[in-house]
Amino acid sequence: MFELDKWQEIYSTIKKNKLRTFLTGFSVAWGIFMLIILLGSGNGLENGINENFKGGAINGVWISSGVTNLKYKGMKTGRQIRFKNEDYTMLKNTIPGYDKMSARLFMGNILTSYKNNYGNFYLSPCHPDYGGIKELTILQGRFLNNIDINDFRKVAVIGEKVKAALFKKNDTVALGKYINVNGVLFQVVGIFRDFSRSDNEQQRIYIPISTAQRVFNGNSVINQISFTTGDATPAEADAMVQVARTMLSTKHVVDPKDDRAIEIWNKSEDVRRLNALFAGIRLFIWIIGIGTIIAGVVGVSNIMMISIKERTKEIGIRKALGGTPVSIVMLIVQESIVITAFAGYIGLVLGIGVLEALSRNMPPSDFFRNPEANLGIAIGATALLIVAGTIAGLIPGMKAAKIKPIEALRDE
Amino acid sequence: MIKIRNIHKSYITGQNSLHVLKGIDLDVHPGEMISVMGASGSGKSTLLNILGILDNYDQGEYLLDGLKISKLSERKAAQLRNKKLGFVFQSFNLISFKNAMENVAMPLYYQNIKRKKRNLMALDYLDRMGIKEWAHHLPNELSGGQKQRVAIARALITNPKVILADEPTGALDSVTSLEVMDHLHEINKSGITMIIVTHEHDIAARTRKTIRITDGLITDIVNN
Repeated sequence: MFELDKWQEIYSTIKKNKLRTFLTGFSVAWGIFMLIILLGSGNGLENGINENFKGGAINGVWISSGVTNLKYKGMKTGRQIRFKNEDYTMLKNTIPGYDKMSARLFMGNILTSYKNNYGNFYLSPCHPDYGGIKELTILQGRFLNNIDINDFRKVAVIGEKVKAALFKKNDTVALGKYINVNGVLFQVVGIFRDFSRSDNEQQRIYIPISTAQRVFNGNSVINQISFTTGDATPAEADAMVQVARTMLSTKHVVDPKDDRAIEIWNKSEDVRRLNALFAGIRLFIWIIGIGTIIAGVVGVSNIMMISIKERTKEIGIRKALGGTPVSIVMLIVQESIVITAFAGYIGLVLGIGVLEALSRNMPPSDFFRNPEANLGIAIGATALLIVAGTIAGLIPGMKAAKIKPIEALRDE
Repeated sequence: MIKIRNIHKSYITGQNSLHVLKGIDLDVHPGEMISVMGASGSGKSTLLNILGILDNYDQGEYLLDGLKISKLSERKAAQLRNKKLGFVFQSFNLISFKNAMENVAMPLYYQNIKRKKRNLMALDYLDRMGIKEWAHHLPNELSGGQKQRVAIARALITNPKVILADEPTGALDSVTSLEVMDHLHEINKSGITMIIVTHEHDIAARTRKTIRITDGLITDIVNN
């Protein structure tokens, strides 16, 4: 059915009926154009939002202590809850199936210097697992390890921006050098890059939490415990969070419902909710897009129907000269597919062109960046067009095949 | 070549049944050239449609070139029309957006003959009809006589057994009519059986045998 000859037959018919072909194709081109723009914008929205989630495992859970907000067991509200090392150890022993876990101290921006270069950088004492939880990329050296923790080593892993600020000109090798953090010297053992968008997170210095407690605080307080849930299903992840909450609220005598005293942010839950939202948006877009295309297809079908009326005589002649019903249906269907596919392709190219232009000229924002139509969308749209063209041509084609040559050829 | 026995045909419109052919018997031998005459409504066009496998009949028997024609699928009928029959119509019935050559080549398209080859063949047939120089003109750029010659070339191109001509000169002036008749005669001499439906006596007189149909029955057969 795909010999060159058939195409030439279709091409000659289309060429002789340019206006009709244009009108037929326009609605389809418009439909596909709209679908591509909508899908591209949907992707842009998704990319924009996802960008905010970068810098941190999507299956991460962050637990911070705060101030009680609910009265519990005779104690009034406003009680400050503080986690300690033993809380971290307790969670390590009780949370089933977690992947990585780390405690953190919040020390804020600390004056740091190397030779004559100074800067205020966010000092973040933590466990070795935090590199994985935060999904840091190590550019040089290594992240913290267990020996650092056990031996209270004074080592630091610094962000590439920190490195750039402290190590300048002829002194650009940072590994092995000692930086002064609030009066204490730490040896740089690694340089990391953080893909999160916040500057603060890129300008951090990570040091062993054990060292920080000994050197700066002299106690065992920690501010945050975070862990990742590994390959856990959403239900299993929720169970882990539940265990953490129960254990911590029991230990600190806090109402288990008090989410101010023990704040838990389960990122995977947010991600899940957003994914559901995006799935909804995508479905919505496809429904609108397909609706637009259906309108186009109905238009094609309608115009083909009229064209069959106009071409009654031609079809009668074709049948008299040996055109079988199947050949007539195929002629109309193929013509419809060619028109739909060609017009749709124009719509596709225009749509992608507009998205490209948008993507290049629009500054990325928190909610929108890189609107794009990927290969999958293009393939999907093409398949849709061929199906649509077939459907659009089928009914007029069947009608054409039913034309009786004697009636078509009867002299008026 | 054509043998029909006791052919009946009625058209049913609503509650009325119009009995158009009331038992026609006819034999046309290979290479014969006959004319069919009759007043309008006599059933001559219906007969031609049945002979042309464009319409079916209710009762009787039709043998075309030894083949029994009855209850054929549309597909089979189309293939038979393509291989065995050529049509010439009063109003030419050329496809308006195809040029003369493409019109002539059309039946070969349905025989899956390659475009180049069928266009060459079409040019050859147009040459035989003496209008090769008009090959690339659209039908509306041609005169009536030229159009009919294109139509005849189209009917000939599949080398059919029978040519069925429905008032082939009905839309032409007398001089052109004679020219067209000359062409048809020549084709007949090459051995193709020809059946011409006409209401013009001088056209009928130029065929070997004239069959007159009145009210759905053959009432007269005249050897000219």
